[in-house]
Amino acid sequence: MNYVYLDNGASTRVDPIVLKEMIKYMDEVYGVASSQFSHQPGIMARDSLEKAREIIKAGLNIREGELVFTSGGTEANNMAIKGVAFKSEKRRKILVSGVEHYSVLHSARSLETHGFEVITIPVDGDGVIDLEWLEKNIDDNTLLVSVQHSNHEVGTVQPIEEIVKFAKRVGAIVHTDAAYSFGWIPIDVEKLGVDLLTITGHKIHGPKGIGGLYIKKGTPIKKWMDGGYNEFDMRGGTENIPGAVGMAKAFELMTEEEVERVRSMRDYLKEKLLSIEDTHLNGSEKNRHPANLNVTFDYIEGESVVLHLDMRGIGVITGSACFSRSLEPSHILMAMGKTHEHAHGSVRYSFGRFNKKEELDYVFEQTEVVVRKLREMSPLKGGK
Amino acid sequence: MGIPYSQKVIEHFVNPRNVGKIENPDAKATEGSPACGDMVRIYLKIDEKTKRIEDIKFESYGCASNIATASITTELAKGKTIDEAKKITWKEAADALGGLPPVKVHCAVLAVDALKTAIENYENQHGLIVNKKPTDEKKVRERLEHVIDPRTGLDVIRSKLVQEIDVKDGIVTIKVDMEKEHQFAGNVESELKERIEPLWDVKEVRVVFNKS
Repeated sequence: MNYVYLDNGASTRVDPIVLKEMIKYMDEVYGVASSQFSHQPGIMARDSLEKAREIIKAGLNIREGELVFTSGGTEANNMAIKGVAFKSEKRRKILVSGVEHYSVLHSARSLETHGFEVITIPVDGDGVIDLEWLEKNIDDNTLLVSVQHSNHEVGTVQPIEEIVKFAKRVGAIVHTDAAYSFGWIPIDVEKLGVDLLTITGHKIHGPKGIGGLYIKKGTPIKKWMDGGYNEFDMRGGTENIPGAVGMAKAFELMTEEEVERVRSMRDYLKEKLLSIEDTHLNGSEKNRHPANLNVTFDYIEGESVVLHLDMRGIGVITGSACFSRSLEPSHILMAMGKTHEHAHGSVRYSFGRFNKKEELDYVFEQTEVVVRKLREMSPLKGGK
Repeated sequence: MGIPYSQKVIEHFVNPRNVGKIENPDAKATEGSPACGDMVRIYLKIDEKTKRIEDIKFESYGCASNIATASITTELAKGKTIDEAKKITWKEAADALGGLPPVKVHCAVLAVDALKTAIENYENQHGLIVNKKPTDEKKVRERLEHVIDPRTGLDVIRSKLVQEIDVKDGIVTIKVDMEKEHQFAGNVESELKERIEPLWDVKEVRVVFNKS
């Protein structure tokens, strides 16, 4: 059997259709996206960039001039948070949830040295933010609330519309990191009511190095990267046209049927894995990203699971400290109030469009074997 | 670059030697804790006359290096006398595995420490301590530095879980800053006892929790 890649939450294989499309924008249409008074290659480049933008805007119900391409989700998050902060004259409070991606958490924390107060919004055991806490703590000094649309590790989808309601009362700006949701979960920016929304290309079988930030008209935000007048004068730098075209194509291929097909594969493996004794689902059961599965196997440590599965041709990751560069357990599971042990035993299976139903029985069987093997040598199994 | 582990580490990880429990061991010791992600327990069967390690088994809750270092440590120790086995260093264990990534060295330390503690426990219980120094607060504190506070992942001394230690007439009383009803209370009590009870002159260990 071919290698079974179940780390699509990290990044995905570029769809061959996407790749084919992109190549054209490297070896045929390779001009820069310059003005309408330019030469032919420049105009062609500009038109293809704008066509890509149109596709994404239409899908998310974004209006003219409100979508800026970036180098990815991390840049978009930096741009949103720091851009809003450096434009603010009075408000000094920034609220972020504890389960955010590092690009949000660290962007926010970097502002503490610039006189901003960064407060963590607590989450419950499923990773859902505490709305009561938010209602109590949001005030007219609150500049920005940044809460992700769905969590890349445990899949929990956040109640963004509720957050917007509270924010509107006090005039705070709302940013949501929808990097993992983009293409997987229907998004209508008008309906959500957010001011800023991050997207990325490579979690939907598009290329790396491309993302975007929705900036609702009138949102006070400082220009991010100095350079030319690219991207509505919000971000200098030559536009990544192959990237933008690839992201748009990948987005088009994320049809409802495809998402449902992936969801049913995820549900299939979920049922199977949860049938293993002392195994728990991490993240919300009800409000969940369709391609995410995260479970904790009690009594064992995740790096061992990951290595054993890798040797059996299955690629997954864990929230265990032994697996991370920092030797810290997943900050997301810790923010959810889980114990170190719980985080160490967590394993994420994240799906993509190229997974096949036939692979999943193999994944389950191998997981079961590995879990049993490791539990047999664990001093924790059998109580104590 | 590839995977950061040597072939030997992977080999011991996949086929660990001497895995399991020994029923009625002559000595055992646990190092680490699930809270810090690494935990290893070693069981020993020791020939009373020759003081040779006849059998050794380990259990591990931990990463690949944890399993591999415990496995190689049991291989190195098996058949040695306890005096010889005491001299095994973590460096030897790591070298025998063809090296370890720097961030994983503590795994080797843990496995070798578990062996040493198990032997020390044996010596305490069999009157083999040469300098029979009476157990004092300092000795208890030293031993407790190897017990991990499950709430924080720090040792119980650093995390200030242990508030007071009193040693009197072979009775060690440890006051801890935790309520008896806490979910980890039972765990903490048995780990503290396991660590202190083997000392040669200790008759009883009392763990005192906060009043709720």
